[in-house]
Amino acid sequence: MSDRTRLDVRKTYKLFIGGAFPRSESGRSYQVTDSGANFIANAALASRKDARDAVVAARSAFKKWSTASAYNRGQVLYRVAEMLEGRRDQFVAEVASAEGIHNGEHVVDAAIDRWVWYAGWSDKIAHVLGSSNSVAGPYFDFSIPEPTGVVAIIAPQESSLLGLVSVISPVIAAGNTAVVIASEKRPLPAITLSEVLATSDLPGGVVNVLTGKTSEISPWLASHADVNAIDLTGAAPELATQLQIAAAENLKRVYRPDDDNPDWLADPGLSRLQAFVETKTVWHPIGV
Amino acid sequence: MNHKLFDYAPAPESRAIADIRSNYGLFIGGEFVEPVDGQPFKTINPATEEVLAEVSAAGAHDVDRAVAAARTAYDNTWSRMPGRERAKYLFRIARIIQERARELAVLESLDNGKPIRESRDVDLPLVAAHFFYYAGWADKLEYSGYGSTPIGVAGQIIPWNFPLLMLSWKIAPALACGNTVVLKPAETTPLTALTFAEICRQAELPPGVVNIVTGAGETGKLLVEHPGIDKIAFTGSTDVGRAIAKSVAGTKKRLTLELGGKAANIVFDDAPIDQAVEGIVAGIFFNQGHVCCAGSRLLVQESVADDVLERLRRRMSTLRLGDPLDKNTDIGAINSAVQLQKIRELSRIGEEEGAERWSAPCELPEHGYWFAPTIFTGVTQAHRIAREEIFGPVLSVLTFRTPDEAVEKANNTPYGLSAGIWTDKGSRILSIANRLRAGVVWANTFNKFDPTSPFGGYKESGFGREGGRHGLEAYLR
Repeated sequence: MSDRTRLDVRKTYKLFIGGAFPRSESGRSYQVTDSGANFIANAALASRKDARDAVVAARSAFKKWSTASAYNRGQVLYRVAEMLEGRRDQFVAEVASAEGIHNGEHVVDAAIDRWVWYAGWSDKIAHVLGSSNSVAGPYFDFSIPEPTGVVAIIAPQESSLLGLVSVISPVIAAGNTAVVIASEKRPLPAITLSEVLATSDLPGGVVNVLTGKTSEISPWLASHADVNAIDLTGAAPELATQLQIAAAENLKRVYRPDDDNPDWLADPGLSRLQAFVETKTVWHPIGV
Repeated sequence: MNHKLFDYAPAPESRAIADIRSNYGLFIGGEFVEPVDGQPFKTINPATEEVLAEVSAAGAHDVDRAVAAARTAYDNTWSRMPGRERAKYLFRIARIIQERARELAVLESLDNGKPIRESRDVDLPLVAAHFFYYAGWADKLEYSGYGSTPIGVAGQIIPWNFPLLMLSWKIAPALACGNTVVLKPAETTPLTALTFAEICRQAELPPGVVNIVTGAGETGKLLVEHPGIDKIAFTGSTDVGRAIAKSVAGTKKRLTLELGGKAANIVFDDAPIDQAVEGIVAGIFFNQGHVCCAGSRLLVQESVADDVLERLRRRMSTLRLGDPLDKNTDIGAINSAVQLQKIRELSRIGEEEGAERWSAPCELPEHGYWFAPTIFTGVTQAHRIAREEIFGPVLSVLTFRTPDEAVEKANNTPYGLSAGIWTDKGSRILSIANRLRAGVVWANTFNKFDPTSPFGGYKESGFGREGGRHGLEAYLR
């Protein structure tokens, strides 16, 4: 039981870029409130420069992460689940505060289980999305899925943890690296999740988390020439269309879910894994 | 440098087999119809500049009608038909293509300018094979991994480099999955698509399942922007692909794009050199270099560069350029005056930027559009001819010392469609293939295609795959 006279030590919520927790280079912050409009904390208000730094970090991390063995990636994702489980109570409290739900346990449990689900996928994607092809000629012809590259993710605005985990985990399970814009009004679980990621043997830069105004940061990512794909899940329809147009400039892969209000508790299926892989076909000669 | 060993007597394929009408309407709802608001234009033989036929550029009303016909056929017939019945229509089409292969090959060479040897031995067999392959999928979609629900009406826009082959890549999987289509062939090569319309009639394909609207970019734009279209499949330039991606933003239209390339063809010092030289020639001079996946950047290991280039020049000197209908012709006509102008322009820039130009010694015919097979040596990565797609018989040669440098240079492009690797070492093939950011990697071969083998690009070469099981994804929801 806490001593009523003791003042609690509060956390400073910062960005997560390249495995470190910097403040916004702009020095800006914004107030985050709980579902009852009470002040909880000041979060970093990320700038264009922060977004660009995050892309650099994600690109630098891509080679190591994309060439790590699928088994290794699965181990790391499972480790994330372990770390999240250890902080289960903290996340239940944070999700309750952010989303105003009283029975948040099942949401946190589902978020933990989602990491486990995608941890198991990392070394099975090639079975399910790859093929060997019976060409008419002396070649061993096969097609394998490879990560698309750096993926910008606009995380769901409502589901601050389960939705967030559901969009990040498939992207990195497939070997991509990510720059994530957290829910604008509910960013705190994302920063706490970053602490989990930072202690799960995930190489720095594989996931980078920005907090701030979605409409301010996302256009810089959508038009960034070194971003290969963009997930528009958390972008409002008008913004999403504008981002889609910007993304066409370097022909980014664009993922825009059909359902504006997805049920994050449902079976995720394959679509998010499929959206962020490329298929490479190799014609290998056969001969003596 | 002219080592011509033999003089070949002309061996022209008869053009009488190709029955070209003087003018064509649009193929809508199973019939050839006159355009409502379309304008006539001419398609010519690029080898002679003679007019082959007059065709119609479909206008907004025409596109409307075609989309409506496709929608009706989708709702009432095709999407409801059991897969095994759809399959049999596609098998029928495949058979008729085989039966009429000679005629279609001649027609393709006349309208496109490609050598009959290629249209006869490469294009047409692949076209028939593509329909056979996807016919077999029509009643097996539940095993595809992509479900078995079609998308609806597909708008398909294809280029002029492989007119009928690109048509088959588009139409066969779309129909197998239960979609109906409105296809626009390129304005310079509409004739085989219009003959394909006749084949649909011979196969008694239900009206409206396949609709062909001819025309140029404006017709394509009408199709892309039409609200009745559920899916767009485009093969062509990266610039147009970009514009299409922008125009479908905010709609529910699904999109696949197969765009440009600047493929590296990497020759290591342990490669079988004569075989590699054949592969280099096949990589860049096949189809006059009008190939999005052409091996237009030769990366040759420094230690064998002189040897490779000497043998390459010798081989190029034996290439026969001329009448596309001559069975001995290796290099046909450039498809259009516009394309020829673009090739000339980029080649001029190559010289200006300091690369050294060498063209095979060959006489160019007086009429028509021709460009001699050409290589540029001393090319750096900054040169425009090393960065931009020329889409012609022009090869840029660069050298490298280590495998790392080869990979670095190969990937140094916004494109990522294809690549080639020439080496005697199987482990090296797989290691380099792993590191190349390209959708198709050929080892000790180049420009090979097969209906079972997924094809498509990374990065700015587009997205989506055509061919194989993967090719179904674009047409199922």
